[in-house]
Amino acid sequence: MARLKLLPGGATAPDAPGTVTAEAEKDRFRAFPKGTHITVRGLTKRFEGSTLYDGFDLDIPKGKIVSVFGPNGCGKSTLINMISGILPYDAGEILFDGKDVRETRIGYVFQNYREAVFPWLKAIDNIRYPLKFLKLSRAEADARVDALLASFDVKIDLARYPYQLSGGQQQLVSIMRALVVEPEVLFLDEPFSALDYEMTLFLRDRLQKVLVERKVTTLLVSHDLDEAVELADEVLLLTKKPTRVAARIAYDAPRPRTADTTLTEDFIRVKSESLEIFLREVRK
Amino acid sequence: MSPVSGRRRLGRALQPLIGVALLIGLWSFAHATRLVDPVLLPSPLEAWSAFWSGLTTGNLWVDFRVTIIRTAASFAIAMVLAVPIGIVLGSSEKIYRSIEFTIDFFRSTPASAMFPLFLVMFGVGERTKIAVAAFGAALAILFNVAYGVMNARKQRQLAAKVMGASPLRVLADVTIWESLPQTFVGMRTGVSIALVIVIVAEMFIGSTDGLGQRIMNAQMIFDMPQMYAAIFAAGALGYALNLLFILAERRFVHWGGK
Ligand SMILES: Nc1ncnc2c1ncn2[C@@H]1O[C@H](COP(=O)(O)OP(=O)(O)OP(=O)(O)O)[C@@H](O)[C@H]1O
Ligand SMILES: [Mg+2]
Repeated sequence: MARLKLLPGGATAPDAPGTVTAEAEKDRFRAFPKGTHITVRGLTKRFEGSTLYDGFDLDIPKGKIVSVFGPNGCGKSTLINMISGILPYDAGEILFDGKDVRETRIGYVFQNYREAVFPWLKAIDNIRYPLKFLKLSRAEADARVDALLASFDVKIDLARYPYQLSGGQQQLVSIMRALVVEPEVLFLDEPFSALDYEMTLFLRDRLQKVLVERKVTTLLVSHDLDEAVELADEVLLLTKKPTRVAARIAYDAPRPRTADTTLTEDFIRVKSESLEIFLREVRK
Repeated sequence: MSPVSGRRRLGRALQPLIGVALLIGLWSFAHATRLVDPVLLPSPLEAWSAFWSGLTTGNLWVDFRVTIIRTAASFAIAMVLAVPIGIVLGSSEKIYRSIEFTIDFFRSTPASAMFPLFLVMFGVGERTKIAVAAFGAALAILFNVAYGVMNARKQRQLAAKVMGASPLRVLADVTIWESLPQTFVGMRTGVSIALVIVIVAEMFIGSTDGLGQRIMNAQMIFDMPQMYAAIFAAGALGYALNLLFILAERRFVHWGGK
């Protein structure tokens, strides 16, 4: 069941990066499970004297969806912002297949879509925008956009400006903008929490389909445990500050998962296990 | 459209005319009852006919045009100088902090106080008028552009950065757009400052044309209808410029307030 154990001692990568002096340190940096995409080592972040992360280690598997769940203010956003390169950190190292974040294609979906889309561009130009940083021909770019629109089965008028669309449609634009570059890693910070339930179900469904199709390594922050479990290959539970990994719970129900999935025994087991750990952490 | 809402809309459109009617009524009353010496206050009709004949047969239009050209030239110079500097200042907190006080000081200095200095530098002529007006307008524009750039919301910049935009690209693709509403505030303020300074300059520094000079001349020969006509022309110009910028803003910052 548990596909991924915490830093199994045996698994070592041949060309582990880092130039740490102590042998033990070296091993820590080298050791990560097979199929790991993102390695976080010794991550440290302080805010005005208070330490949020102190020597935090984490491995994110390639092509999987990891849901990040934890108490309010425990640093979920801070974590994915540091990994995605939006927020600087005080110490530590984050590598994507041994590469720096700047050498990695990244997609990021903000919770607050209103302040993430560009209102001066039409919806379609918002979606196309990040393509200009890739060296693609016009035809290639168009093909990518068309394929993406087809995957999402978009029925909105993309010649409109974002402020002429509903909230859910704006978030859809922002999700497509993140995916159009065919990112190696996708980050989503509570992407559906400002949307109504119907729209949330619809977007979750589409997003899941596309992510599984494309095998994108995904970090999803969610405050909705049902959502976190339903979408996840693995639920990453965090503690209160100073933040550590409380537990990682694998969930490998077949996809596509639907509302029916949430009624299965397996789902309920993973959810209650997560909830139990979460409550234990909150009460600490 | 139902007749009720149609009538209401018509009523709303006519509302601003109430103030105009009130003013003209008061003016006519003061004129008819000789509350004010009729030499100083001609009837509205006399003033209007002076304005109209000045435009159609007289040379009011010539002065009108000269003032428009001077204002436009000052504004253009101000924009060319102030926008790039404002963007640079706004995008570097350090530079901004170090010269904020200096800019603020000059911005608070009445531009008309600079006339003597500019006269020494540029001599009595066209260049001084335009230079002072450009100076006054540039400070207002500069300040607003810098402010707009500095206070641009961070999230869209982060969004562009995470998509791979370089700092320069973030500036061009996001920050400048975000600062546009504030830039328009600066442009509106700037153009009205330029107009004020141009008119004052035309009045007092050896001008032979322009609305300011026309107002002064009419006053000196006590041609009151002519003076009111020129004042009205200056007012109309100021209003039209303001309207022009509001319309331009609505066109270019179509997402504003949404
Ligand atoms: N810029 C900042 N300055 C000071 N403290 C900060 C800053 N950003 C975050 N923090 C603190 O760091 C902690 C983690 O913040 P973060 O937003 O990452 O939490 P979160 O888990 O995403 O919370 P939420 O559930 O509310 O989304 C919080 O306690 C917050 O007060
Ligand atoms: Mg958060």
